[in-house]
Amino acid sequence: MRFKVGIAALLGIASAFALPAPAALAYTAFVTNEKDNSVSVIDTEKMEVVNTFPVGQRPRGVILSKDGKWLIVCTSDDNIIQVYDTTTHKLVKTLPSGPDPELLVLHPSGNPLYVANEDDNLVTVVDIEQGKIINDIPVGVEPEGMGMSPDGKVLVNTSETTNMAHFIDTETHKTFDNVLVDSRPRVAMFNPKGDQLWVSSEIGGTVTVINPADRKIITKIHFEIPGITAEAIQPVGIRITPDGKTAFVALGPANRVAVVDTSTFKVIKYLLVGQRVWQLAFTPDGKKLLTTNGASNDVSVIDVDALKVIKSIRTGRYPWGVVVAPF
Amino acid sequence: MATGIAVRSRCNPLLGLPAQPIRRVLLACAAALVFGSAPALAQDPASPPAAEAPKAEPAKPDTTVVPILLARELRDEPLPLSLLDLPPKDLGVAGAKLAITDNNTTGRFMNQEFTLDTVEDSDPDKLIADVVKKVDEGQHFVLVDAAPATLLKMADALKGKEALLINYSAPDDSLREEDCRAQVLHTAPTRSMLADGLAQYLAWKKWPRWLLVLGPTEKDKLYADAIRRAAKRFGAKIVEERVFTYDTGNRRSDGGFEQVQQQIPTFTQGAPDHDIVIVADESSLFGDYLPYRTWEPRPVAGTAGLTAQSWHPAIELWGGTQFQNRFKRQSARDMRPIDYNAWLAARMIGEAASRTKSGKYADLVGYIKSPKFDIAGFKGVGLSLRNWNGQLRQPILITTPKLLVSVSPQQGFLHQFSELDTLGVDKPETKCRAYTQ
Repeated sequence: MRFKVGIAALLGIASAFALPAPAALAYTAFVTNEKDNSVSVIDTEKMEVVNTFPVGQRPRGVILSKDGKWLIVCTSDDNIIQVYDTTTHKLVKTLPSGPDPELLVLHPSGNPLYVANEDDNLVTVVDIEQGKIINDIPVGVEPEGMGMSPDGKVLVNTSETTNMAHFIDTETHKTFDNVLVDSRPRVAMFNPKGDQLWVSSEIGGTVTVINPADRKIITKIHFEIPGITAEAIQPVGIRITPDGKTAFVALGPANRVAVVDTSTFKVIKYLLVGQRVWQLAFTPDGKKLLTTNGASNDVSVIDVDALKVIKSIRTGRYPWGVVVAPF
Repeated sequence: MATGIAVRSRCNPLLGLPAQPIRRVLLACAAALVFGSAPALAQDPASPPAAEAPKAEPAKPDTTVVPILLARELRDEPLPLSLLDLPPKDLGVAGAKLAITDNNTTGRFMNQEFTLDTVEDSDPDKLIADVVKKVDEGQHFVLVDAAPATLLKMADALKGKEALLINYSAPDDSLREEDCRAQVLHTAPTRSMLADGLAQYLAWKKWPRWLLVLGPTEKDKLYADAIRRAAKRFGAKIVEERVFTYDTGNRRSDGGFEQVQQQIPTFTQGAPDHDIVIVADESSLFGDYLPYRTWEPRPVAGTAGLTAQSWHPAIELWGGTQFQNRFKRQSARDMRPIDYNAWLAARMIGEAASRTKSGKYADLVGYIKSPKFDIAGFKGVGLSLRNWNGQLRQPILITTPKLLVSVSPQQGFLHQFSELDTLGVDKPETKCRAYTQ
């Protein structure tokens, strides 16, 4: 999905040059509210909640199907994945997962789905058309982050207690390398070119950038914010702009999103958002970044070009995951 | 007496197995780890007997084996009042076992294998002799559950040897202060850390007037000392102290409540105005009689009622759910603070081994004692060692018997280095000299 978004964003930029002041596009963001068992639907142009609909218990990780018609939600306490229609907000079907599904990623071809099951040290591979588990891949303790290489050949899973990024071949479903990172790795994200893998370590307080070609660590990014203790800096969500130049890293209870230059790996700016910021998502044009702020029950909207927080939108309780649809 | 609990986990479900039955094999494997040759987990009737689990294979030649020893002094202690609080036989040991399993899941990617060997004895001298023997045989990492005097004697018997002791049960401040030892680390929080955690919460609640009720034992006196110190630090006032000297009698009898119902109100009658009753009764011999029976309608905190703990079986924050589930699947009971402290101790060794990619004593100890060391312990922040006395700094949970109430340090209690150091004895106050020598 992400890569399609990249193309859409490029087209968007191209058309912006071609046409005089086009009307800003409205997209639809979906935010899972972990404590309320609901999803908040946000109009990204109006920057307000237009609907809230109930889902299964403890909704966390959320993505869209390739065609954008399905909203795929990990309902962790139901030990299942639910699929909702993105326009009617009605339940389409449920997909099996292992126990306690948390984060998921779709193969760039649109199928299968890879799910991190926190409770049994497995990554589960699910055929979303047939609704069947195809395979289980053993990984470290408490699998969490799921990253997919742009070419779809490599899946990376992070395990929170083993502290590793596991590199998995999507053809054979076998782990072919394991890279040790700092404590409690939460999110794995490839850059659009696929030559950098970013892994956030929540307790370690760092982001490790790995070269996927040889699995060597390129660098480790540290964060320092005046007046915030090192312990409160807990990197979780990572998003890299479609042009690959800038990365945004959510810093949890530091209540900030770090903006990082992907060539120098220096932090350009810290943006103050809501409390305990975890997950992030761009609008398809790459112009806005939405952040879920769990402890303050809101979503912050960042203007990506201006690097400014322009709005906070009240959601349900403990907003966790976020995804933005191209319509 | 060496009981040698078999957790040499050679169970590797990854090798040479078809993809489908992996979940089942994992379960069987877990069962084999926990129960040896015992039947598979009772909760999963569908799983095959443990005999179907892959046979233990000798470690691959390039596998580094890191043996961990658990030494436990069996003490004859009075039983707590409540049937719910009776100590399980494997208290602490179960936490260490879970850490061994967790370490081995990581270890299979690192070619490292962790084993757990247990020695238990009621005779401290025999226990120490056993430990010294095992250390001489190459077991350098010792998790200890023993009385403070035994721990000190053990540390002194191991002086000069390659041995790192991790105390996961004794909360005595003296072990980290005047009696500290260079080769002893502590995952159990001190009484002062627990009391400070509680005091910060009571300060936030604006309940500054405390009626202190303490039991007659030495441990209760030490807990009361920590409470007095915390009151002074965080601006509370102990309006009166009362020592509970009634003989509580046998914990079980047909009847009993009739007399307790009379006894506790009169015991707490006529105290100066107070916001809360703080009870110091570490063995739970009378403290649980206090809630709802005091003369004045006041809440109870301390060792009963609202308590400060390193762990709680109902905590689900920070990924705790999975951790609790793993423990329950393994041991078919709730995880207690001592189990958690033991888990942390064995995880510290595992963490050091995977970070240093080594099983060597000097490498692991060097890493653990270096400023680079931190460990994730399901408490929302990294846990690290105080480099002046070997105490693991950690958030303290403020809990009721059923649920988490809060986590200390409370917001607003600031510190120039780590807010976790607002709990317990801080660097400028420490009396420890041996650790940093």
